[in-house]
Amino acid sequence: MADVTFTVDGKKLTAPAGTLLIEACRKAGIEIPSFCYYPGLSLQAACRMCLVRMAKVPKLQTACTTAVAEGQEFITNSPEIEQARKAMTELLLGNHPLDCPVCDAGGECELQDMTFKYGAGETFYAEAKNHREEQQWSPAVFYDRPRCILCYRCIRVCGEGMDVWALGIENRGSRSVIAPNQGNRLDCEQCGMCIDICPVGALTSGTYRYKTRPWEMHHVTTVCTHCADGCKVTLGLRQVDGAAEIIRSDNRDKSGMNNDFLCAKGRFGFDFAGSEQRLSMPLVRNAAGKLEPATWEDALRVAATRLTEIRGARGGSAIGVIGSNRTTNEENYLLQKFARTVLNTNNIDHERTTDYAAFARALAGQKGKTAGLRDVAFAPAVLLIGGNPTDEHPLLAWALRTDARLSKARLYVANASPIKLERQAKATLRVAAGGYKDLPAQLEKGESDFAKAVLAEESLVVVFGEEFRGADVANLVAWGLKRGNVTFAYLGDHSNSRGAADMGLLPDLLPGYVPLGQPAGFSEYEGLPTAPGKDLRQMLDAAGKGELGALLVMGANPVAKRGLDPAALKNTFVVALDIFLTETAEFADVVFPAASLYEKSGTVTNAFGDVQLVRKGADRAGVKSDFEILVRLAGEMGANIKALVPFGKTAVMGDLGQSRGVQSGEADRHAVWLAANGLEPRLSPFDPFAAFDEIVRLVPGYDLDRLNLLSGNDVRAEIGAAPGSALSTTDAIAPAHDGLFTSGTLGRYSKALKDIQEHQERELLESAAD
Amino acid sequence: MSPKNMKEEPLTIFSPQLSARFDALVQKYPVKRSALIPMLLYAQDEVGYLSDAVVADVARRIGITELDVRSVASYYSMLRFKPAGKYNIQVCTNICCMLRGGYELFDRFREELGVEHKGITPDGLFSLEEVECIGACSWAPAIQVNYDFHDELDPDRVPGILDSYRSQAKAEGEAHA
Amino acid sequence: MPRLVSHPDEVKIISRRFGQGAEKIDRYIELGGYESVKKCLAQTPDWIINEMKASNLRGRGGAGFSTGMKWSFVPKQSAKPKYVLVNGDESEPGTCKDHLIFLHDPHSVIEGTIIAGLAIGAKLGFIYLRGEYRYLLRIVEKAVADAYERGFLGKGIFGTQADFDIITQTGAGAYEVGEESALMESLEGKRGIPRIKPPFPAVVGLYGGPTIINNAETIATVPHIFAMGAEAYSAVGTPRNGGTRLFCLSGHVERPGVYELPMGYNLKKMIYEVGGGIRGGRKLKAVVPGGSSTPVLLPEEIENLGMDFDQVGKAGSMLGSGGVVVIDDQTCIVEFALRTISFYQHESCGWCIPCREGTDWLKKSLKRFHAGFGTASDIDNIRYLAENMLGRTFCPLGDAAAMPTAAFVKKFRKEFEDHLDGKPCPYAKEGVPQLTVV
Repeated sequence: MADVTFTVDGKKLTAPAGTLLIEACRKAGIEIPSFCYYPGLSLQAACRMCLVRMAKVPKLQTACTTAVAEGQEFITNSPEIEQARKAMTELLLGNHPLDCPVCDAGGECELQDMTFKYGAGETFYAEAKNHREEQQWSPAVFYDRPRCILCYRCIRVCGEGMDVWALGIENRGSRSVIAPNQGNRLDCEQCGMCIDICPVGALTSGTYRYKTRPWEMHHVTTVCTHCADGCKVTLGLRQVDGAAEIIRSDNRDKSGMNNDFLCAKGRFGFDFAGSEQRLSMPLVRNAAGKLEPATWEDALRVAATRLTEIRGARGGSAIGVIGSNRTTNEENYLLQKFARTVLNTNNIDHERTTDYAAFARALAGQKGKTAGLRDVAFAPAVLLIGGNPTDEHPLLAWALRTDARLSKARLYVANASPIKLERQAKATLRVAAGGYKDLPAQLEKGESDFAKAVLAEESLVVVFGEEFRGADVANLVAWGLKRGNVTFAYLGDHSNSRGAADMGLLPDLLPGYVPLGQPAGFSEYEGLPTAPGKDLRQMLDAAGKGELGALLVMGANPVAKRGLDPAALKNTFVVALDIFLTETAEFADVVFPAASLYEKSGTVTNAFGDVQLVRKGADRAGVKSDFEILVRLAGEMGANIKALVPFGKTAVMGDLGQSRGVQSGEADRHAVWLAANGLEPRLSPFDPFAAFDEIVRLVPGYDLDRLNLLSGNDVRAEIGAAPGSALSTTDAIAPAHDGLFTSGTLGRYSKALKDIQEHQERELLESAAD
Repeated sequence: MSPKNMKEEPLTIFSPQLSARFDALVQKYPVKRSALIPMLLYAQDEVGYLSDAVVADVARRIGITELDVRSVASYYSMLRFKPAGKYNIQVCTNICCMLRGGYELFDRFREELGVEHKGITPDGLFSLEEVECIGACSWAPAIQVNYDFHDELDPDRVPGILDSYRSQAKAEGEAHA
Repeated sequence: MPRLVSHPDEVKIISRRFGQGAEKIDRYIELGGYESVKKCLAQTPDWIINEMKASNLRGRGGAGFSTGMKWSFVPKQSAKPKYVLVNGDESEPGTCKDHLIFLHDPHSVIEGTIIAGLAIGAKLGFIYLRGEYRYLLRIVEKAVADAYERGFLGKGIFGTQADFDIITQTGAGAYEVGEESALMESLEGKRGIPRIKPPFPAVVGLYGGPTIINNAETIATVPHIFAMGAEAYSAVGTPRNGGTRLFCLSGHVERPGVYELPMGYNLKKMIYEVGGGIRGGRKLKAVVPGGSSTPVLLPEEIENLGMDFDQVGKAGSMLGSGGVVVIDDQTCIVEFALRTISFYQHESCGWCIPCREGTDWLKKSLKRFHAGFGTASDIDNIRYLAENMLGRTFCPLGDAAAMPTAAFVKKFRKEFEDHLDGKPCPYAKEGVPQLTVV
C-alpha cells in the first residue's frame, strides 16, 4: 500500500494506507493503551481504552479499528482522552477484585499498569462486586472468573492462533464468562497460550499459581529443551536454598522465532529440572555390585582409570561413546573430540531420529538451500510432506497456521494420514502407506490437481521428516534442486538432534559431516583414528557379545529406547552422564550427575539449522555441565586439556596467525573481535565458548554470525557437505515421535506433563463414552 | 480407530416431526448455521429445556461444536438450560407495565403459586419469571404464558388465568388417558 | 388480543387495514394490496429509490435515517448476493407497533420487502421477529406461504422475470439484536454482538453481501408510499419528516394504545386529547417520548413540542421508536430510573467495558439508592458514570442506557435528594421501597 501522511497530536506521521492507527502510533512512539487489541488477532474494539479524537467525527474512535488515510487528524492526549481512559479503568475496577496482593499477575498486570498510568486513583464504588467461584479447567489452566476483564484474547489465540477453538463466551452482559469446551473442563492442546496472553490474573497456570511474587524472580531467556523447533523460553528463577529454582517458563521474550508461541512442554515441562529424582552426586558401583554415592574425585578417578586401562589393553576401538540429542553443540563437539583424540575411537553415535547425514549428502556443494524456521514462517508457499507438526513440531505448526492466516500463504499437505494442518492447506494429497518415496516423481508428472498447484508455485519450501531416509532424501532434494527456487527443511526430533549430527556424533563423519578420510581442518586433531567406527546398534551388539570394553553414555538412554536387556552390558564398563538415574544409568559403573539444558550455557541447533544461545538459568547443587565433566574426565586421564579445549590467554596469544596458512591471523582477529565486543578471552577450560570458537573455526556450515548470536538472535547454520559414501545404512534411525505431552526419557520426569497427559486421556475416554 | 471417529447412523433425541422440520430448516438458509436459533427454540419447546442431549444433537445437525451452541444459547434470554414448568408464566415489569401495576401482578402470581422468580411449582405445572418488555406496552400490564399473551390485566384476574391453564392441563391429561 | 383504538386526529395510512382481516391475502388484495409492488415491477430501481427519497420517510426504528438514502448506498454491482432484512425484533420498552403490523397487516411487510428487493437488486429477504412474538411469526409464516402460492414470491413473481424469496426468522430474547449488525449476527446463528463498522451493512452485511436493514414499520410503510405517491405521503408530515407514524401511547393515560398520527403532531395534545389525559385526573410529571432509551421530558418541555425527529431532538431528547411513556405525579422517578437501567443491564451484550460495567454499576447504585442507603455523593457519581459511558461504547446500547439515566438525575435531582439520609421512598406504597427488579 502507498504511504499516507496524517497528523497525531500535531505531529506528522507517515504509514502505509490502511495501517491501523494504534500500530502507526506505537511505531512512532505514541502510546495508545489497549486490552483487547492484540497484533495478529482479529479486531474487537471492545475494551474502548484506545479511544481517540478524530477530526470531523462526532464520536471518539477506536484506534485499533481506524485505518489511517491521507490527511486525517487525530488527538490522543487531550483532557477528553485522558478522562475517557480514566473512566474506562474505573469501570473495570468496579467489578474487578482488588486481590492484587495475592494475584499471580500482581506486578505484571496490564490492568494495574493502566490504572497506575491512566486511571482511577480514588475509588467511589460502594457496591458489592459480582463474585463467582474460581474454576480449574485442567492441570495446566485455572480460571478466576471475577478477575476476567473479557478482552477475548484467550478465545482468539486459542481459536485463530492455535486452531483449537476450545474457549468461548457464555451468558451475556455482566454475567459473561469465558467458558471451556467441556462444561468446566478444557479438552485441548494445553498449550497455555490463553494464560500467557491474559492481561490480568484471570487465567493462571497450574505450575505457577501462588508460587511467588513476580518481582522475587529474575528472568533468563534461553532455548526450550524439548522438541527440535527451538522456541525461546524465559525462565523465571528464584533463589531457594542457595540454588536457582525454575518457578515458571513462558514466552515473554517475543524476540524468538516462536514470537508469541509456546507449547505445553515449553511452558509446563520445565519441572523435571526441579524433580526430587535428579541425581545430585556421582555414583560408583561398589564391590557388592551396588551403586553408591561417591565424591567427584573418586568417581572421576574410577572412570578415568578404567577407561585408560581399557584403552591401553584393548585399544580405542574397544570403547564406545553414545551422545545426546539434548546437550549443547559445544558438549557434543567436545564429546566427539574427546572420543576421537582421547579415547582414540570413532565408535561414536547418538540416537539418530532422522537422517541428517543423507540430507548433508544430498545438498553437497549447495549453499542457501535449507530453510530456517523464519523462512518457513514467512514463505509464500510450503509443501509439507509427512509427519504431524501439530503434535511433534508445535512451533512449526503455529508458524504454518500463522503464515496461512495472516500472509495468505499456500500450504500443501501430502500425508499418509489425515492431519490437523490440512485445515489450513490449499490442497492436500493422501499418500499411500510407504508411498512417500514416489512423491517426487508423482509431483514432477504434474497430473493431479495437487501436483499442478505445487508446480505452479514460483518458490517453495519443502518440509519433510524421517519418512525420507538415505536415497529417498536424495531423490526429493534432487527434484527440488532441479526445479530451482526450492528450499528444504528436514525435521529431527529433539532440542539438539540436528546439533548432535552436525557436531559429528557419527561413527564415520566428523563435525560438519566431514569424512574421516579427508579431515581437512580436523587434521589438527592429535591422534585422530581414521577407520570408521561402529554405529549405535553395532556398539550395543558388540557389548552384548562382550566385545566392547567400555561404553560412555552422555545424556542418552539406549537401554530403554532399544529395549535392551541390561545383562547385555554386564561385561562392559559403563560410564553415564545424566540428570536422572535412567534405565541406562542404573546399569552403569560410574554415574555423573549432569546439569540440564536450563542449567548451562552454550548453543543448540534446531531442526531447521537455526543456532541459538543457551543461557544458564537454573542452578542445582551437586551437578556439573556435561562439558565440565568431560574436561575433568579427560584431565584425569592425563589428556592435554589445552589441545582439547582452546582456553586461556595462551590459546589466544599463542597463535599469531603465522602457522596455519589460510587460517593466518585468525586468532588475532578473534582477539580483536573479543576486545571490540567487550568479551574476555576464554580463561577457563570449562568455558564452553572456547569450544564454540573452535566450532566456528573448523566446522563447515558453522561460520556463524557471532555478534547476532551472542546478542540473543537466532543465526543460520548451513548443513555441511558429506561425501556420497557416508553412512549408507539407515536402520539405526529411530524417530522419537514424541507428542504434545511427551519428551523422551526427560518427559517422564515432568509431573506437570504427566498430569496433563492423564487429563487429556480422561477427556478422550469421556468424549468417547458420550 | 478411536470411538470419536466411528461412523454410525446419527441418532436423534427429537420426535420424527421435529426432526423432519430440522432437516428442512438447515437447508433453508444460505448458511446452515442460520438455523441454529430457531432450532434451539423449537427443541426447547419440545424437550422443555436445552439439555446436554439437545445441545449435542443440534451441534451435530449444524456441524458446529457444543461449545459454540452453548455460547450462542446462553446469550438469548428465552433459552434455558434448566427445565421450567409446563406453563411458564412471564410477567413483564418493565416501565410501561410497572406504571400500570406490573409488580402488583407479579406479586399476586408469587402468592398464588407460592414460588419466586424462576421458581417452579412442586407439581411442575407452573413456573414464574419476571421478564423484560414483551412488546405489549400499550396494553399493560401484560404477561406471556409460554407464547400466549394476556394483556390489560389486574391482579384479580390471576386466579382465573391459572385456573384456565389448570383445566387445560387436565383436559390434555384426560385426552392422553 | 391487543385492543385497537382510534381517534379523530389519526391519519390512517399504515394502520388503514388494521382490524379489517387483511392478514388474509384475499382481503389484503381487496383492500388494494400488492398493487404497489406491481407498479414498482414496471419501474427501474433508480425510480423506486428516488420515490423513496422524495417521500422523506425516515427509519422508524429509532435513528430516523432517510430510508431512500439508505437504499441508495447499496452498490449496484456486487459479487455477493444482496439481501433485504426486516427488523421486527421490536424490543425497546414502550414500543409495540410492529406487534400490530404483524398481527393485522403482515402482507404489507411482505410487499414492502419485495419492493426494497427490487430497489437494491436483492433476490432474498428475511423477516426477523423477536422470539416472544411466536404467535405473530405463525401469522407472518402463513402470509408468506400464501404469497408463494399466488406467485407473489418465488420464481417469476407476478408473472415477470423477477425472482424473490422471503425467509422468516425468529429471535430468542435479546434487545441488543435490534441493533442492525447484531441482528445480522443473530440471523447467522451467532451471539447478538454488533459488528465493527465500517464496513456498513449496505456494503458488507448479511453473509458478507450488501444488505439493507429496515424496521418493520418502515417496510410496511413502503407500499403505502407507492400507493398514494411519494409527494402526497411527504405532505402529510412536517418538513423532512414525511408521513405518519405509529405512536405507542402507554403509562398513565386514560386511553393507552397505538395511534397513527402525522409526524410533528403535538405531544401535549397526544397525551391530553388522543390519550384522554392523565389517568384518574392526576397531574403529568414527565414523559419519555420515544421508548425507554430517550431522555425524559418535563411537562414544561412538551408545551409546543411537535413529534418529529428534528423537533424532539431540539428539545434534548429523541423521537426514537415512537413509544410515548406517560408518567404521573405519583410515580417515583428513582424507581423508574432503576427499572430502566435494570433493563439495559439485563440486555447489555457485555462486549464492551463501558456498557457492561456501567449498566451493572448504575443498576447496583440506583438499587441501593432507592432502598434508602444512598449518600449525597451517589447522585453525582450516578451522573458521572452515565456521562462517562456516553459516546464511548461499542454500540448505541450504552448510550441508550446512559442518556435517560443522566436526564433523570439532571431533571429530578430534588427527587433523588428526597431519598437521602435513610428516608424511605416518598412514593412507596406501604412505606417500603420496592426492590424487586430482574
